[in-house]
Amino acid sequence: MKQILKAIERNPRLTPAEIAVMTGQSEADVAAAIARAEQDRIILGYRTVINWERAGEDEVAALIEVRCAPQRETGFDAVAQRIYRYPEVRSVWLVSGTFDLAVMVVAKSMREVSLFVSERLATIDAVQGTATYFIMKRYKEDGAILDGDEPTAHRLAVTP
Amino acid sequence: MATSVGSVANRNRVAKLVSSLPPSGIRKFFDLLASLDNVISLGVGEPDFVTPWHIREAAMYGLERGETSYTSNYGLIELRSEIARHLERLYQVSYDPRREILVTVGVSEGLDLAMRAILDPGDEVLCPDPGYVSYRPCIQLAGGTVIPVPTSFADDFKVRAEEIEARITPRTKAILLGYPSNPTGAVLSREELAAIARVAERHDLIVVADEIYDRLVYGVEHTCFSSLPGARDRTILLGGFSKAYAMTGWRVGYACARPELLEAMMKIHQYTMLCAPVMAQLAAIEALRYGERDVQEMVDEYDRRRRVMLTGFRRLGLDCFEPRGAFYVFPSIARTGLSSEAFAERLLNEERVAVVPGSAFGERGEGHIRCCYATSLAEIEEAIRRISRFLARLEGKDA
Repeated sequence: MKQILKAIERNPRLTPAEIAVMTGQSEADVAAAIARAEQDRIILGYRTVINWERAGEDEVAALIEVRCAPQRETGFDAVAQRIYRYPEVRSVWLVSGTFDLAVMVVAKSMREVSLFVSERLATIDAVQGTATYFIMKRYKEDGAILDGDEPTAHRLAVTP
Repeated sequence: MATSVGSVANRNRVAKLVSSLPPSGIRKFFDLLASLDNVISLGVGEPDFVTPWHIREAAMYGLERGETSYTSNYGLIELRSEIARHLERLYQVSYDPRREILVTVGVSEGLDLAMRAILDPGDEVLCPDPGYVSYRPCIQLAGGTVIPVPTSFADDFKVRAEEIEARITPRTKAILLGYPSNPTGAVLSREELAAIARVAERHDLIVVADEIYDRLVYGVEHTCFSSLPGARDRTILLGGFSKAYAMTGWRVGYACARPELLEAMMKIHQYTMLCAPVMAQLAAIEALRYGERDVQEMVDEYDRRRRVMLTGFRRLGLDCFEPRGAFYVFPSIARTGLSSEAFAERLLNEERVAVVPGSAFGERGEGHIRCCYATSLAEIEEAIRRISRFLARLEGKDA
């Protein structure tokens, strides 16, 4: 199973037939394993890493520190849930350190992000304070380098 | 004037021994390749990964600190200690880092040192055929005589103890083993190696074990020859960083042997090489301390590609045994009726796929081609398509 997940994590476009060859299993077994992983929410989705800036589509992203009061019974979960339901919220993490939740927001403009913070986020009861960091340049995203590339090996074509 | 020039030209300036060595079977393809573009090369013998960043960084940090001097002839003691720990951890073999480990300029140097240290003129060395291209010339340059031990496709290119024993004469000095094998990808099991160790013991032979591909095995365990019962003190173990850590260009490896043998190798090393490059030694320390994760990731990736290439070739009807080590598939092309050299040459000219003819690795390599899967999956798949077209044309079908 781990082998299948590793292969598909690197390249979600692989077909079960291709993964079957790579892992030495039957195509039917691979297809069944993937279906099960999807059902069990081990596989959450298939994504493409896109450099939107290069595609000429500007978007604004911000990392927001959120300090909040944990609630009885639910701790931070209920607050996190209130926050992650907004579609402009890409990621929410509970973190250790000087604040509690780290929230990644992506919107069309700085104004949209600001509005989100002041009107949606800051107004949640348990939220005690926020600090917003606009992303100025992306260098690496989900393991992919955006600007430039990893060097490739310059090999001689035939070597012993 | 013409006569004086002529007389200089007629003098034989190159030593007879060197003149008598055949040029490498790979050389020719080099020249051919230079004139072609859009070539997919399965002809390489090295990883397609760049050395992991933290290893490169460690070498740069060393340069920044000004570590640019000679090291001990044996190599940095920190590196030798790491090598000792590494071998102990992986194979439960103990070598004393002060007297039994020598850092070399790759396994290539280690091999040369080993041969020169143990061979007197006319001594015989048994080595599997097919085998790595440098084995024969290294033995010959050291004054030895090569005794090839045939291996075969039918037997998964394993060298057998009884085949070795049948070729032992009073002049036999050593057995040279290179497993996992370049070019075949064959791996020997612990029992198969133990049988060879018993032969070596019976006839009091040295075993030179080139284990450069030790980390690149798939679904089987590598057995270090020194770890076999009674084998350690008659073994010269050669290992390195090139394949496991994608460090071919750094030129750093090691030799391990009991003090008397190691001292003999070290004597040649100190007069010819002095020491391995210091930045490569620093990088090697980093690789051994923190490189395990990189090794595992690269091995997993090679394994996926191995299966893709093997399955692809078999679907084309090329006979291949399943290689369990290194990063080569060694299919038979006998059914085409072409020699391996003719096959490789035509495949390159007609379909722009470079492979190495099996004949470059010994007589028993004839009828096979060496294909390296240390290249991207996309290139492997494209190469298989091109080879498929080539085979169809050879066999008179429409491509």
